[in-house]
Amino acid sequence: MEPVSRVSGRMAPLDRADVDTDQIIPKQFLKRIERTGYGPFLFFDWRAPGDFVLDRPEHAGAAVLVTGANFGCGSSREHAPWALRDFGFKAIISPSFADIFLANCYKTGLLAVTLPERQVRHLIDLASEDPSAQVTVDLEKQEVRGEGFAYRFEIDAFARECLLGGLDEIGLVERHKSAIAAYEAGRATWLPAVK
Amino acid sequence: MSEANKAQESKEEYERAGRTSHVELEYYRSGRAVGCVSGTNFGRRVCVELSFPMPKTLAQKLWDSHVVRVAPGEPDLLYVDLHLVHEVTSPQAFEGLRLSGRRVRRPDLSLATMDHNVPTQGGVRAADDLSRRQMETLAENCRREGIPLYQIGSRRQGIVHVIGPELGLTQPGMLIVCGDSHTSTHGAFGALAFGIGTSEVELVLATQCLPQKRLGDLAVTISGELPLGVTAKDIVLGLIGRTGTSLGQGHLVEYRGSTIKGLSMEGRMTICNMSIEWGAKAGMVAPDETTFKYLEGRPSAPKGEAWESALEYWRSLATDPEAPFDAEISIDASQLEPHVTWGTNPGQVAPVTGRVPQPRSDTDERALKYMDLLAGTALADIAIDRVFIGSCTNARLEDLRAAAQVIKGRHVHPKVRAMVVPGSTSVKRAAEDEGLDLVFKAAGFEWRNAGCSMCLGMNPDILAPGERCASTSNRNFEGRQGSGGRTHLMSPPMAAAAAVTGHVVDVRELL
Ligand code: SF4
Repeated sequence: MEPVSRVSGRMAPLDRADVDTDQIIPKQFLKRIERTGYGPFLFFDWRAPGDFVLDRPEHAGAAVLVTGANFGCGSSREHAPWALRDFGFKAIISPSFADIFLANCYKTGLLAVTLPERQVRHLIDLASEDPSAQVTVDLEKQEVRGEGFAYRFEIDAFARECLLGGLDEIGLVERHKSAIAAYEAGRATWLPAVK
Repeated sequence: MSEANKAQESKEEYERAGRTSHVELEYYRSGRAVGCVSGTNFGRRVCVELSFPMPKTLAQKLWDSHVVRVAPGEPDLLYVDLHLVHEVTSPQAFEGLRLSGRRVRRPDLSLATMDHNVPTQGGVRAADDLSRRQMETLAENCRREGIPLYQIGSRRQGIVHVIGPELGLTQPGMLIVCGDSHTSTHGAFGALAFGIGTSEVELVLATQCLPQKRLGDLAVTISGELPLGVTAKDIVLGLIGRTGTSLGQGHLVEYRGSTIKGLSMEGRMTICNMSIEWGAKAGMVAPDETTFKYLEGRPSAPKGEAWESALEYWRSLATDPEAPFDAEISIDASQLEPHVTWGTNPGQVAPVTGRVPQPRSDTDERALKYMDLLAGTALADIAIDRVFIGSCTNARLEDLRAAAQVIKGRHVHPKVRAMVVPGSTSVKRAAEDEGLDLVFKAAGFEWRNAGCSMCLGMNPDILAPGERCASTSNRNFEGRQGSGGRTHLMSPPMAAAAAVTGHVVDVRELL
């Protein structure tokens, strides 16, 4: 994974709560066996009627999605962060994320950041009123800043380290091979194996 | 004094003595399990062990018994006992392995099946090209890595969360993962089970391990006798109606209480299945005689002496009396009614005797618009076009029996198209042995082959835009069952009742 430390750019506001993964990437696009190419299908059903907020010219090329609480609820499909990334987003700001979605974002190198409702509201309003407003999501400083504001965010320390270092998680786990083997040797004999 | 308080007091005492700064409280719950107060004193790391045994919740016991490694500031490394794999979330994981030259560490602890996009009639030939490619890719990956696969046409094929339990592979005390959020279903056996993303699937394939941050503990205590016509599905829908869709975030949930004790394994699975719909990472029920009876004699259950040793261990898997939960929710089951969703998330739900509520948020308003419903409409007046009895929530034998009981001697309403999709090929066979298929077919239901089917509509079974469906599945998200389709979640008897009357109806009127 490429290291991620800072994302700067314009914001796109998606002012909805409980956005589920079926909306982010509908199931008919989960049939691909590749990890890329999902961008055109992001929010497919919402975009179909036209004039969806992400398709408005003033938000074209936005790097940061700002959105409502419980973003990414529903299924475990990693296709959701893949689609957001392929569409061009590098960071997402919300008051809260569903657990599996958040983990999937980190693995995809998408900077998913939680801020209090009030601050997210400010960002959504700002992006709607002034689509050219720039923000920086700074993972090193744990801060979202723009003109006249700087919001500190908390993030799991280990996830932060992995993102900053672009660490290969499989490689990290493989370093504990002997601990894994030791655990394996002590497993109860009745535990099932698949035949 | 609770153990947590004791630990807190020691921490404060330690701080008062001026020996540390920035002392943080950490629990090392692994192995010999003691508390530990640690921090830094002028840059030097110090740690004081607290010498009391800590009472643990079931979830903590399950967690601790799978810890391969703990390190401060890092997630715990957990060992996975069973990794379930399906065609949709695995191809990129296998591809990742190939690109990095890695192999599957424990193919014998992995099991693959085809469920999400299999056609439920006409076999593999009925699948579209992309679905077929996905199925072929899974077969090829399993062949290369030696992973057992129950593919379409196999006697053991079925929805991944239905076949694990029925094969006896899902057992108490295990850690089970799958690239699917409803993996929480397996928690009904007293297992720790949760969904993971594709990168994590790759990680588990390669290492059989998963780094996980410790999570909080919630208890949901459900007591009282379930009234006639009220099912496990109504318990969990009623619960989500109270909690909303995200209260469980960051938590492992234990369902307990007299109602849970009285439920069959099927009912417990239905409840654990929908844990994710209120945001919880996993749901579980402590194993008991009902669990053991279900498991005994199943193909992968331990036999003979192994069964006895397993049983002894399984009996220890209960929450200790004083173990602390972060919060507890109590539900009086005797007051529950059959529930129906009216909106586009499972939290937008009400008793069938109620009305579509006044919108309280933008989300509600959008939901009513999408569902084409007016606030104040009696739920029982909502006409439906389709009925789907299926999914990993409600397509086991007991569910089909309950639906058949309502349907027997009645006929599907002329304006309704109804189908039953058994959760697995074994469920289908067992139902046919009892003649349930004949009951459904005589009533005008389509009787299909096993798969996820219209739960998510990746195969040809989908709603047309605007169609309204009474469904026993778990998600009523916009477009979930087909673009523009409208889903009302309910129990199998309620869906059966809707099929024969042509509208949402209180099943108790038909019993
Ligand atoms: S039946 Fe539905 S919820 Fe269950 S695994 Fe299949 S798609 Fe997921």
